[in-house]
Order: sequence, then C-alpha cells, then structure tokens
Amino acid sequence: MLTKKVKSRILFLFFIFSISAAVAVFILKSLNQNILYFSTPTEINQRKDIMLGDAMRVGGMVKKNSIIVNKKNIQFIVTDFKNEILISYTGTVPNLFAEEKGVVAEGKLKDKKFFIADRILAKHDEEYMPPEIKQIIENNAK
Amino acid sequence: MLSNIGSTLIFCILSLSILIIYNSYVDIKIKNQLIKKSIYNLSLLQTTATVMSFFTLVAGFIFSDFSIVNVYENSHSDKPLFYKVAGTWGNHEGSLLLWINILVLFSYLFLIYNLKHNKKFRLYTLIFQNFLIIGFVIFLLLNSNPFSLIYPVPSEGLGLNPILQDPALAIHPPLLYVGFVGCSIYFSAAIGSMLSEYNGKRFALSIKPWVQISWVFQTLGITVGSIWAYYELGWGGFWFWDPVENASLLPWFAISALMHSVMVLEKRNTLYEWVIILCLLTFILSVMGTFLVRSGILNSVHTFASDPSRGLYILIFLSLMIFTSLIIFFKKRKKDEYNFNPNSKETFILANNWFMIFFLVTVLIGTLYPIFLDVLTNIKVSVGPPFYNIVIIPFVIPFLLLMAIGPQISWINSKKNYLLKTIYILGGALVINLFLFYFFGSYGFYSNLILIIATFLILHLIIDVKKSLKKKFEYPRIVSHLGFGFLVFFIGINYQHSVETDFNLRVGETQKLNNYEIFFENIKIEKNKNYKSVIGDFKIIDLKKNYVQYLSPEIRIYAKPETLTYEAAIKSRINSDLYLTMSNISRSDFYNIKFQNKPFMIWIWISALMIALGGVLQLMLKKNEN
Repeated sequence: MLTKKVKSRILFLFFIFSISAAVAVFILKSLNQNILYFSTPTEINQRKDIMLGDAMRVGGMVKKNSIIVNKKNIQFIVTDFKNEILISYTGTVPNLFAEEKGVVAEGKLKDKKFFIADRILAKHDEEYMPPEIKQIIENNAK
Repeated sequence: MLSNIGSTLIFCILSLSILIIYNSYVDIKIKNQLIKKSIYNLSLLQTTATVMSFFTLVAGFIFSDFSIVNVYENSHSDKPLFYKVAGTWGNHEGSLLLWINILVLFSYLFLIYNLKHNKKFRLYTLIFQNFLIIGFVIFLLLNSNPFSLIYPVPSEGLGLNPILQDPALAIHPPLLYVGFVGCSIYFSAAIGSMLSEYNGKRFALSIKPWVQISWVFQTLGITVGSIWAYYELGWGGFWFWDPVENASLLPWFAISALMHSVMVLEKRNTLYEWVIILCLLTFILSVMGTFLVRSGILNSVHTFASDPSRGLYILIFLSLMIFTSLIIFFKKRKKDEYNFNPNSKETFILANNWFMIFFLVTVLIGTLYPIFLDVLTNIKVSVGPPFYNIVIIPFVIPFLLLMAIGPQISWINSKKNYLLKTIYILGGALVINLFLFYFFGSYGFYSNLILIIATFLILHLIIDVKKSLKKKFEYPRIVSHLGFGFLVFFIGINYQHSVETDFNLRVGETQKLNNYEIFFENIKIEKNKNYKSVIGDFKIIDLKKNYVQYLSPEIRIYAKPETLTYEAAIKSRINSDLYLTMSNISRSDFYNIKFQNKPFMIWIWISALMIALGGVLQLMLKKNEN
C-alpha cells in the first residue's frame, strides 16, 4: 500500500513529466516552423520540393554590374557561378554590400528566379565571409 | 621590453597559483580555524602581479609598442588615446588577460571577505579557483599570448576595427567580464562547499553577495550592449536574438534563478543541491558562451577573428570542468528534505526557477540547434526571432503573474488570503489597459494580455511600496521587480507601435510618410582624426504636431582598416525616439534612408537599469547590516 507521501510524490513527478513533455513538443514544433533554410541559386534551381512563399535564406556573390537602384528598392543578381537569382530588396544594405562580394539575403521566393528579400545580412569584418559562401566558392572551384 | 615584463608576470601568476594550491592543500590538513598568513600573502602577490600584467599591456597600447603582435594587430598610432586604452580589451588576447584579472581578483576578495567562514571551505574554494586560473593562464600562454613579439618591428599598426571605436567599448566588455567571470568564484565555492561538507545555510550566506555582484554586472553589461547595438548597428532594434546575445543571456537566466533560490537556502536551509547545480551551471554557461563566440562556430556580429584551435582548447577545458564538477557532485551529494507547502514563498521561488530554466532551455536549443544540424546533416539553417517570440512570450504571462503574487506570500505556510486583493488589482489593470487601448488604438490579443499582466505586476508593486515604507529589506526586490514589469510593459508598447520605413533618396528630394515629411537638405564632408565622415542633413516635419526636427546621420570612412560605418542620428524624447540612418549604395547617387519612430525607447533603458539598481540596493543594505 502506498503511503500518502509516496502517492503525492508520484503524482507530482507525473505532473512534472507531462508538463515537460508538452513543453518539449511545443518547443520542437515551433522550432521546426521557424527555422530558415539556407540555399544557393543552384540548389533552388534543382530542388523540386521548394515551397514558394516560405521564409528562407539565399547566398552567393553579387554579380558584377547588376545592382540597380530606384526610389523604392534595390535590385541585384546573386550568383554562385552556375545559376543566378534576381533579388529585390527594400531597406538598408549593410556596410559591405558591394558587387563581387558575398551576400546572404533573407526573404521569400516569388519563383525560382526571383526572390524578395526583407533582410540583407550585415557583416562588419572586411575579411569575413559567411562560412556558407566560402564553401560554395570552394565547391565551385573544384 | 614591455613584452618581457608582461610574459614574466604571467609566469609569476602561474607559479603563484601552483604555490597557493600546494600551501592550501597542506594547510587543510592542519586542524585549526586559522588560515596560514603565507596564503594571504601569496594571494595578494598574485593579485598584484595580475593587475600589473594588465597595466603592462595597457602601456603597450598607450605607447604604441608595435613589437607586441597584439598591439600591432589592434592599434594604430593615430588612434585617440581613449581607444588605445579601451582597445586593450577589444581583442581576444587582451580580453583573456582581463578575464584572468577578474578570476584572480575575485579569488583574493573571496578569501579576505569570508573570515567568519569555515577554513576548509575557504581553502577548497581557493584551490579550485586557482585550478581555473591555471587553466586560463595556460590557455593564454599556449595559444593567445598578448605579449608575443613580432620581428622585424612594424612601423605602424593595423588599427582597431572601426565598429569598435565607440565609447561603449570602454564599458560594455568590462561589465560583462566582471559579470561572467565573477561567477567563477561561486563555481569554486560550490565545489569547495561539497568537498568540505559545509552547512547549506552558511554556504548561502557566503556566496550571496558574490551572486548579487555578478548579477548586477551581467544585467548592466547586457543592457549597455543592447544600447550599443541600438545606435551602432543602424537597425533600430535593441535585441536581435543573435547567437552571441543569446550566449550572454543564458548565464543570466541561470544566475537570476540562483539569486532567488539562494534565499530559500539561506532562510530555510533547503534546496542545497539545487543551489549547487545552479552555481556550477552559471559559470559553465559563461565559459560555454565564450567557447561559442571565440571558436567562430556561431555566425554573428561579434565575430572575433576566430581560430579553431582556440575553440578546441576551451572545449577541452569546458568538458574537464563539467566532468570534474559532476563527479564531485555525485560523490558528495547530500540528501535534501523537501517539505514544501504549496502555499509558501519557497514554492513560488521554485516556480520562478522553473520558468528561468525553461527560458534558458529554449534559448539554448534555439542557439545550438543550427550547430548540431550542420554537424549531423550538413544542412544550414538559422533560427530567427519568431521562434523565440512564439515560445517565450506565452510563458511570460504566467511568469509575471507569479512574480506579482509570490512576494505577498510568507515563508513555510502562508495563511493569508490574497485572492480578493488579486482580483481587485486585476480589475485595476484591466481598466488601465482600456485607457491604453483608447490612446494607442488596437493591437493584438497577445500584446494586450502582456500589457494587462505587466500592469497587474506594476500595480502590485506600487501597493507594496506603500506598505513597506518602513521595511528597508523590501526595497531591492520592489525596485528590481518594478523594473522588470516596466521593461515588459514598454517593450510591449514599443513592439506594437514602432514605425519603420525604408526608402532611397537623392539630395534635395523629399519623402512623405503618414504624418511625417522628410527632406534631404544637404550633404557635407568632414575630416576627423582617423576617419572622414559624410554627413547628411535632414529636416523632419511632423505635420500633425507642427514640429520640426533636424537630424544628421553620418557615414564614416575609416582608412585603417578600410571600413565604412553608419552612425544613426537619434533624437531621444520622453515619449519616443526618432531614428534615422543613411547609407550609400554603390555606384549610385541615391542614399538609402531608414526612418523609425520608436515609442518609449528611453523607458526601456531606464527599466533595465532599474532591474540592476535593485541588486545594487541589496548590496548596500547588506553592508549597512554588518
């Protein structure tokens, strides 16, 4: 026969356990909904399961002579030297945003060739290159 | 010259640590209550050597001694004196030296300020603190010696990263270091307490002031960092859930939990094990944060020029720390008797701890998940602010509710009936919220709930102020909690009512937005000591209130190293901040303008400072008691 103390302890443990389980499920679920996948223009071109309208990140080099500015937005082409994607952006560009430099844009795909960015990632070190882009360049050099 | 002095001093620190450990070990075996005089002397000598080594490095920066690699890489003779000094800790090696300074200083202070405590406990604490010192000194010598020489001696340095040339550099890192490294002393004390089987209540008394000191510094350090990010990065936000910000928040959650549960240990002599775990966890998380930042695993605005070998060393050291403390913990654990009445202050403090740990786990998962996913599957992802907002905000509501009710309840078993009062206050909060709703217009359901609950907490505390005018020991709690209530409240309003627009303008053009008109009047170029600045003159007209404001954001062009920084022009007013940044776009005469109107920004900073002020008050009260 369980004493009252043991009973209340079991109840307490059960209570804690179920709350933690619920919280864990909740965290993991929100995590899965809110991660941003990073892709290169080539990956976007090849993958068939890409959802238009999902938030994601695109990275590569800003193509030479591709930056066009007008009163409302900035447009430029990001390339990984195999495929390209046109990016349209409204907002402040980071210090090191320039042609033939690495860039990571966060936003949504309109279609496979057109991306609307709502953030261009800022990096403050002139030698710094996002690791993702470094890898692309290394891969494509092979 | 300076390099030799510095290196010698570092070796002194190392040998003194070994001597202290040896002497303390011998002294533990002697059964009396007095610690040998020689240990005090050694510790004082070590502190002197450490402080001197730091000033040697500062001197290297002031006199631009480019024979020292660290000075060559991070300084320049043109640099203003202020940034030469502050630049000392603006780099990896120098900041590690600062880190060791704090370890040593706290080790000495803990030794001399705990005369009333058990000898064994103090000596074990000293021994473990010195193990930590040895660990970091070896790291400094092997991998990041700030006094390494370069030959031939360069005639000019490379310069400090321009983004760091800001007055905040002088205070933000030292505050954080005192906060994070200060935790080391109760990490050591926790191990010391387990090994000497010290009484829980006495242990709580000995670490309490140190917990409060490091908590105050962490809070201030995070706040200053947030203010810095607000005006420097030009995004107009104050918290980005950037991995490095998260790394600084993790120990803060642990230490805030510790601040509360240490009171339970002091008053009720229970929760000993849990307090020990939190003591260990706080410093482990601080070191982990350092590992994440310095190893370059995380991708963030705080990119220290990273180096994998650094990461490896810290990782080994970290695992050693965790491993040792776990072994000692499981060998020496004491069975606690938990007899908590659900309606007692200790239960509410425990609830606070659960919430803190929940916040900690959430932020930890969000920060580490991308790293694990990358290692395991090579898929690159990032976790953005929506994750934190979704997971954390709903839990802030019950958290604030408990924060309001908890302090009303007495220890052990409360007989007070607070239900009626709670309902009255909740009613008051609802009425106030209706007014807010009327003034600010509509906002979402969640924001509404947050505002109601924050008002509920604030009202509770205002009533407390009236009740406890004579009870001085209540002041710190009221001030800190009030600060927290205001913080949530103002962030809620700020989040809902910030206006932000981006557009591109040429000189002479005007942009109209809702009730603002922004006129780009002029552009001028100025030369400063080590940079050129392009200053834009803007005239902002508030059409509704017939109010004109001039703002002049800047683009700074630094020559060494060649970098651009954007300086926001901010007009802080009591009810809102006007925020304007300007950036150039390559090969175009358009400038990109970001205009923001952020309500109650200044109050967010004041609330955060109030939270820290509570801790300061508590330390002051404590002093008066003695």
